[in-house]
Amino acid sequence: MTYRTSFERAPTVSTTIKRLGRRERIVREIEALQGVSFEVEHGKVLGVVGANGAGKSTLVRTIAGILPPTSGRIEVHGRVSTLLALGVGFNRKLSGRENVILGGLAAGLTREHLHEKYEEIVEFAELEDFMDMPMNTYSSGMYGRLGFSVAVNMDPDILLIDEALSVGDAKFRQKSFEKMRELCSEDRTIVLVSHALGSIEELCDQAIWIHKGELQMEGEPSDVIHAYTTFLDVGETAVTMEDI
Amino acid sequence: MSTTVEAPRERENEFTTRRHVYEPHRAGLPPLVPYVRELWRRREFAVELSRTYLRAQHFDTAFGQAWLILNPLLLGFVYFLLVDILHHHKNANHFFAHLMSGLFLYYFIQQALTQSVKSVTSGGKLILNSAFPRALLPLAAVRTSFFRFLPTMIIYVPVHLITKSPITWNLLWALPIVGILVLLTSGLSMTLAAGQVYFRDLQNFLPYVLRIWLYTTPVLYYASEVPDRYKWVLDANPIGSIFTAWSDVINQGIPPSLSGIAVGAVWGVGVFIAGSLFFLSREREFAVRI
Repeated sequence: MTYRTSFERAPTVSTTIKRLGRRERIVREIEALQGVSFEVEHGKVLGVVGANGAGKSTLVRTIAGILPPTSGRIEVHGRVSTLLALGVGFNRKLSGRENVILGGLAAGLTREHLHEKYEEIVEFAELEDFMDMPMNTYSSGMYGRLGFSVAVNMDPDILLIDEALSVGDAKFRQKSFEKMRELCSEDRTIVLVSHALGSIEELCDQAIWIHKGELQMEGEPSDVIHAYTTFLDVGETAVTMEDI
Repeated sequence: MSTTVEAPRERENEFTTRRHVYEPHRAGLPPLVPYVRELWRRREFAVELSRTYLRAQHFDTAFGQAWLILNPLLLGFVYFLLVDILHHHKNANHFFAHLMSGLFLYYFIQQALTQSVKSVTSGGKLILNSAFPRALLPLAAVRTSFFRFLPTMIIYVPVHLITKSPITWNLLWALPIVGILVLLTSGLSMTLAAGQVYFRDLQNFLPYVLRIWLYTTPVLYYASEVPDRYKWVLDANPIGSIFTAWSDVINQGIPPSLSGIAVGAVWGVGVFIAGSLFFLSREREFAVRI
């Protein structure tokens, strides 16, 4: 997976024209993931660890089919649900309800399925009073709660979670951790990206460590985390094991 | 999820529900048949998106609808005043009907394009976090403006009756004419929506382009009035012949020139195909560039 990034903040015709005479090369390629190859068995929970900018989110987005691979092949068997989540909150002017429905429909769910699940989602997120308010009135905690709730309540075959266990207050974190444990024990494939190494160790069956776009290590969660923390030279303290 | 070891290799297939295969696109285009199938399967999303926007504009209330109509109606009066002072049409009533019907139809194109140009770039999180046929976004904008166009046609009915414009079977030609314009508008919408990803100031240029396009289209004047040295403008305009046909069937009550319809249809289909192929070949890059 190679990104072509442009230095320009906002590409416009006018800057393109103004730059014409200067012959600057403004495109820089970043190989976000190189030669990463692994397999997750159906029903297993995979933990992904790595430093900031290692390519974890890119990996999750390529699995979800959002970013195209530059070379190689990704095969996914089953319906995927991504977090943060189904694009919920893509339009902050729309209400929570509209965002949930639109995000779900875009992800390919049927209207009936959504209506069935809707109450459950709202109840889990504890946002009964806020669903008809525009999402720009939400606090960031409420935002995250709704996203998490949508993702875990959609009954996906494969759930991709990108650093989302730390949303909400202590109570909601407790609840979401319980929900995660419940999902992990079911017959469901989960890819969990997190800096909370403790949760990875507890929830996952296997783990991978990505470093600068390359697969550094693959194996038992405890081994991978041990190697990762040793590499980072931080040790397995309370701070590294749970994000605070 | 697994990489293939013993399973037979399958062709790339992006949006199916059960089994997804992602590979680099060879010619830049996704496999078309599954794409279109999935586009159709998820049309509910486009419908809901456009409904949501219409609701936000209070399309579902009587006053909201009246308000939407008020704008083109007032603009119609302004243009009528302007053109009639400059021109003194012998049959002002008749010209008023021509102006209104043309403006309302042009408004459909204008609304659709101004909405769809930002449809992809404003899709932000949705595009970053879920995989779906992106063409749904500009197409939803076309649907929105189509549903804003329909009530303006109802407003036009009393204008048609009061100005004693002809009522003949030729009015039925309006349907294929609108159909061709929907195709053309969809194609342009997709082109602009994809273009906006690369050039974010496209939407700032668009109003000027749309203004010039209106002036080069026989809406503020009859196609027959165009002086010879400007005839080529009308011919070069993709919607020139189709708006001429529109005025013919609605306001003159005569059948349109078949060659005019044919030219319009070729433009419509051509722009639609070119626009959608351009959009599809680019859509995988959107997530990276937003």
